[in-house]
Amino acid sequence: MLGEGMIKGLAETAKNFAGSFVSKERMTTVEYPEERIAPIENTRDFPFLVYDGNDPMTGLRCVACQICEKECPPKCIYIVKSTDKKPDFVGKMQIYPTRFDIDISVCMSCQICVEVCPFEAIKMDTEFELSTTDRFGGLLYDREQLSRSNEHYHKIHPTEAAEVDARLAEEKAKAEAKAKAAAEAAAAKAAAAAAATPKQAPKKEPGA
Amino acid sequence: MSLQASFWNNLDQVFVLLQHWIAGYFPVGLQSAVGTILAVVGILATFPGIFALTTVLERKGLGRIQNRLGPNRVGPLGILQPVADGIKSLTKEDIVPLSADAAVHFLAPVVLVVAVFLGYAVLPVGRNMVLMNMDAGLLFFFAIGASTELSIFMAGWSSRNKYSLLGAMRAVAQMISYEVPLLLSSVVAVMITGSLSTVKIVEAQSGFTGIFPHWYVFTPWGFAGFVLFVIAALAETNRSPFDLPEGESELVAGYFTEYSGFKFALFFLGEYLGMFSIAGFAITLFLGGWGAPLSVLGFVPSWVWFFLKLLAAIAFFIWLRGTLPRLRQDQLMNFAWKFMLPMTLLNLLVAGAWRFLGDGWLRWVVCSAVLLAAYVLLGRVLMRHQNLGARSYRYAD
Repeated sequence: MLGEGMIKGLAETAKNFAGSFVSKERMTTVEYPEERIAPIENTRDFPFLVYDGNDPMTGLRCVACQICEKECPPKCIYIVKSTDKKPDFVGKMQIYPTRFDIDISVCMSCQICVEVCPFEAIKMDTEFELSTTDRFGGLLYDREQLSRSNEHYHKIHPTEAAEVDARLAEEKAKAEAKAKAAAEAAAAKAAAAAAATPKQAPKKEPGA
Repeated sequence: MSLQASFWNNLDQVFVLLQHWIAGYFPVGLQSAVGTILAVVGILATFPGIFALTTVLERKGLGRIQNRLGPNRVGPLGILQPVADGIKSLTKEDIVPLSADAAVHFLAPVVLVVAVFLGYAVLPVGRNMVLMNMDAGLLFFFAIGASTELSIFMAGWSSRNKYSLLGAMRAVAQMISYEVPLLLSSVVAVMITGSLSTVKIVEAQSGFTGIFPHWYVFTPWGFAGFVLFVIAALAETNRSPFDLPEGESELVAGYFTEYSGFKFALFFLGEYLGMFSIAGFAITLFLGGWGAPLSVLGFVPSWVWFFLKLLAAIAFFIWLRGTLPRLRQDQLMNFAWKFMLPMTLLNLLVAGAWRFLGDGWLRWVVCSAVLLAAYVLLGRVLMRHQNLGARSYRYAD
């Protein structure tokens, strides 16, 4: 009959109305500033720069390759390369960013910078309480504001961070093995050279 | 005993006595004018007050219906939320589009609020508490109510915005369509009472059989008339499920898309005041106005009953808003012309039959049977499954 569905609907909403006063489980929301729901692991909003060790500026993984700057769809990243070099996590000398700015008022949280970074240097943060009274300067973050420790990364995205650490450790081990092999080869070569007639060596040196 | 009776009687008339007492301080020639001004001030203070209360209660009620808490930050339990909203709307920028007709754009919300307030002039809120006891009170109310359409079209047309104009055209089409059943459904009360005066209509319902009142809603034609009146009233005030003119998913905000700041607040106020006045008339016509629901409760002041009934009506409207989805335009028009109009016309006949069948059980059986049969039949016809087939597009394919 006409109006049957309406009665059913009214009964349903009345049940919700009355139920919300008696049952806490029914409530779909929490009282935000006092109560918080822990974010799920894949939560992301804005990028941050990962550093190893204790000092953010020396431990920064970023090598200023500028891939993220070029790939960023809304162009919110600005990088200035350094002229000198510092050792990275395997000990290789690398350029580092003297400036690394992200305008989070422009950033659209697409995570493309994270996808393209070959150095695991930029990751997505979960911090969302970023309101400020200065909408231009207050939302333009420099490298000091952007850098977070690897421990912080482990805390917000544990699974992902463990994978990244394993990959980096593997890379480092490979690099060390290679360096060792190279050193051994060099040593063997040196030994072989020393064992051979010493006359030939000086002849070759100027040519090389 | 008589002291107690006079106490309740004085409490019933407390606002009338107050009005007379204040007016008594003025010269005799001015007294009636001062009395009228005092009554107007009363209306201007009371109904916007209820509006403020309703905005927060509506948000809380809708929240509860959706298993949320609703606003609870400003003041105890969020009851001061309307104050914060008022300050916000006063301090917001008043934007007038560059190509808008500035004069009409400014006038539209003012005209709406004025027209809506005029409707309260003939609304009896208690015993002896009506601003103007007009012989044609009901006619006056409907005439004034129809002029709100003008202000809505003014708003939509002057904004120079496609959404505003579409919203205004929808609003006018809807309000004119539902004005017909609204008027016809209220005519039954006039037919039985024999008067258009709202005060007389309330007095005609003030008797009791045993402890039960003689409200029109407790008769077959009165019940049908009440239900039809409420449906038409919802459509007339653009309340959900008839909120097509301001359907935010289609039209941003309908005819007040281009309004901001206090002009927007005025539209909001006008809309809610229109809802209260039409709910007040539903109460006056069918729910016994300021009469007590049981004869033993007759000692409670009449204005308490009126406002309790009004709050109950508002709560029901909020409940409906939290339940029903918005209609489609064709459903809206079909419902008005294929269901509401035949039912209201039939109800006129039924009310006439009720009048001439005399006292006794026969008229109850006949009137109820006719209305019920018509309802079921029309419902069947309306709800007949329409096999429309796959939709074809003329240009988009």
